[in-house]
Amino acid sequence: MTDTPTTRHIPDRLNSRAVRIFKSWEALLLAVAIAIFVVNSFASPYFLNVWNLSDATFNFTEKAMIAFAMALLIISGEIDLSVASIIALASTAMGLAMQHGAGTPELVAIGLTVGLLCGAFNGFFVTILGLPSIVVTIGTMSLFRGVSYIILGDDSFRGYPSSFAWFGQGYIYWVFTVEMLLFVIIAIIYAVLLHKSNFGRAIYAIGNNPTGALFSGIRVQRVKFILFLLTGLMSGVAAVCLTSRLGSTRPSIASGMELEVITMVVLGGVNILGGSGTIPGVVIAAFVMGLVTFGLGLLNVPGIVMSIFIGLLLIGVIALPRLWAMAAARRKA
Amino acid sequence: MTSQSALANSTETTAVVSMDLVTKTFPGVKALDQVKLDLYPGQVTALVGENGAGKSTTVKILTGIYRTDGGSICIDGEPVTFQSPNDAAEAGITAIHQETVLFDELSVAENIYTGHAPRNRFGLIDKAEMHRKAAMLLKEIGAPFSSHTPLRELGIANKHLVAIARALSVDARVVIMDEPTAALSHKEIEELYELIDNLKAQGKAILFISHKFDEIFRIADRYTVFRDGGFVGDGLISDVTEGDLVTMMVGRTVDQIFPDRVHDVGEEVLKVVGYAHPTEFADISFDLMRGEILGFYGLVGAGRSELMQALFGITKPAKGVCRVNGNIKIIRSPADAVENGIVYVPEDRGKQGAVIGLPIFQNITLPTLSRISKNGFLRLAEEFKVAREYAERLDLRAASLDQDIGNLSGGNQQKVVIAKWLSTQPQVIILDEPTKGIDIGSKAAVHEFMAELAAKGLSVIMVSSEIPEVVGMSDRVIVMRDGRIASKLSGDEITPETLVRHAAGITTQTEGAKL
Repeated sequence: MTDTPTTRHIPDRLNSRAVRIFKSWEALLLAVAIAIFVVNSFASPYFLNVWNLSDATFNFTEKAMIAFAMALLIISGEIDLSVASIIALASTAMGLAMQHGAGTPELVAIGLTVGLLCGAFNGFFVTILGLPSIVVTIGTMSLFRGVSYIILGDDSFRGYPSSFAWFGQGYIYWVFTVEMLLFVIIAIIYAVLLHKSNFGRAIYAIGNNPTGALFSGIRVQRVKFILFLLTGLMSGVAAVCLTSRLGSTRPSIASGMELEVITMVVLGGVNILGGSGTIPGVVIAAFVMGLVTFGLGLLNVPGIVMSIFIGLLLIGVIALPRLWAMAAARRKA
Repeated sequence: MTSQSALANSTETTAVVSMDLVTKTFPGVKALDQVKLDLYPGQVTALVGENGAGKSTTVKILTGIYRTDGGSICIDGEPVTFQSPNDAAEAGITAIHQETVLFDELSVAENIYTGHAPRNRFGLIDKAEMHRKAAMLLKEIGAPFSSHTPLRELGIANKHLVAIARALSVDARVVIMDEPTAALSHKEIEELYELIDNLKAQGKAILFISHKFDEIFRIADRYTVFRDGGFVGDGLISDVTEGDLVTMMVGRTVDQIFPDRVHDVGEEVLKVVGYAHPTEFADISFDLMRGEILGFYGLVGAGRSELMQALFGITKPAKGVCRVNGNIKIIRSPADAVENGIVYVPEDRGKQGAVIGLPIFQNITLPTLSRISKNGFLRLAEEFKVAREYAERLDLRAASLDQDIGNLSGGNQQKVVIAKWLSTQPQVIILDEPTKGIDIGSKAAVHEFMAELAAKGLSVIMVSSEIPEVVGMSDRVIVMRDGRIASKLSGDEITPETLVRHAAGITTQTEGAKL
């Protein structure tokens, strides 16, 4: 580089768009998804059936709705472990309301409101009292579900109105379910929010350096509070869908789902320590997890073994780039 | 005025440690340039100099953390080279730092003997022996607590005693004390003096680093003065006055060239009345005019950064009023400050200034997104345009605008942080140590730019510990000491001597006093 008396020109970007996409985590993940799809279609003759594939989407649509909001929260450097318990509480509240004669619109409103309130509860302790989110949400994970157990005990709520079943069991057109439509709409909303809005930029700034973001005039606590609200709201949406699909509420509903949601987020390339990750990544991760569960299900693999596969997949996909880099370094040396 | 030759015939004792022509270079900076320093048994030598004079570097060389690039270090006349801190410890040199690393969860004895605990015949730590020896040491220095006390139960002053006991436990011959009184109360300082007298009586050589002249004249036998990494002079304390030391510290010449400025100062932009903080500062009132550069000078810990962070809304002042353009404004957060046209370039670039992990252009546009975007949606082309405009105005050196800011040098990171704030078109820009740790070339660029900003009607507050910078750039200077305004200087009053005097609290009465 030579010194010139005039102002030097700095290029906007070094790599073209194509190169950036090719080198991205999402590209690797997409390759994995395609590979799983191909393997599955050879492994079982029932795989390439549109109705079966349509059913398979229920494996991930509800989790993915929460995963989008969770991705934003994790990018900002926080986490919410209480999401599955929020579903339980929201579903229980809907069940209670149903027993008192609430109709479908009221049920949906109650499910979403409980989700929002739970998010606000988490957000209050994290952003206003300044407690670590992992501790707060481990607490509320027990608290929210505990309330469900107190209300329901060994009982369950049944007998939701038939119009309520539309959310979890309805079809928009041919094989396309209502949940699929919701999944697509929510994915687009979150992709725009994270990648195309000022709010999304603030999330990345906070995740990379909360102090620096604060010193740049970003209202860090307000942004985080909104993210907890969104995560709660999405848990409420998932609660409506899941309750509608199952047609009943038990206090154990969605139990363990928080870890599957977080797995999806991390598999999608979101840094668990915050600062990076994308919504397209989470979308592909949702498909990968759905395909694996569905494919193994067709092969009659029991659920417990399935979780082993998901675990191996997560570790494998994350370790692969690191192993690749180590091998490249060794070859050079 | 005492000169280098004063020492030659003043004493018959020979130095334990003598550094001669020692040089240490860092990329772009000569931290030490052929300095000499002698330490004598049973005597306290005060090392005096402004920030950046090379005192810390000297300590690090003596304790084996840094290696020299030239010159010699002799112990009892024998040349030595320290390859590691261990070598220095074995040679009997030990240091008590401003913030000595101790372990809160361990006992006092364990802290004293970490790394060199007495062993029994099985190679395990001999606890009984350790506590016996620790108790002896504690008794020797008059510590009012037992060797079994957990460290976390001790206050700051007693922790200091533990650090001293630890230093003595290695059978040190040379004890380095780097601003040992910074965190101590008046009574504790008196106790420290007794301890130092005690150490002197045991024949230990003590290197005492302090900014406070009363302490130096109270406790030191000798002095050595450094300035800008060079040796200025040494001798016996009894031969000099405070005034002599100040003159030696600041020198006569200001080598750096600062931009000429037209002092065209406008109406009042910012007025601060009675700002106070529970612990950091009190009774702060000043005003700032359009197009003015107001310097804030003071020693480390004088409360300057804390005051600036209160102005910027990071911390809330307990009392006080802030007026912007004559209107009372309550600034609760940095976002409020930015809205009112007050921006802050912090001292800690990596943590507070730059958002490392984000590309350059996103760092620049972070505070102005609401202006650049449309209805809350990003407009990348606009962002690059704004980023490019300010990057080029500041002559940023970078491979591309989407490069991570973490890959830039300190000076270029600073340019990005300044660019970020200029794009908000502020009224008041607060620069906290704007040229700390950046190379000479970037320094000059920052100075020139500061002058340019002021000429365009921006008001600049510059917090700096570098005297030439304060003298060369400021229209007016506020000197702070212990969280209060020690004096306000303008015009010809702004000289290196007056700055040092007010910052160190030397009054006309103590001036010229000999001890």
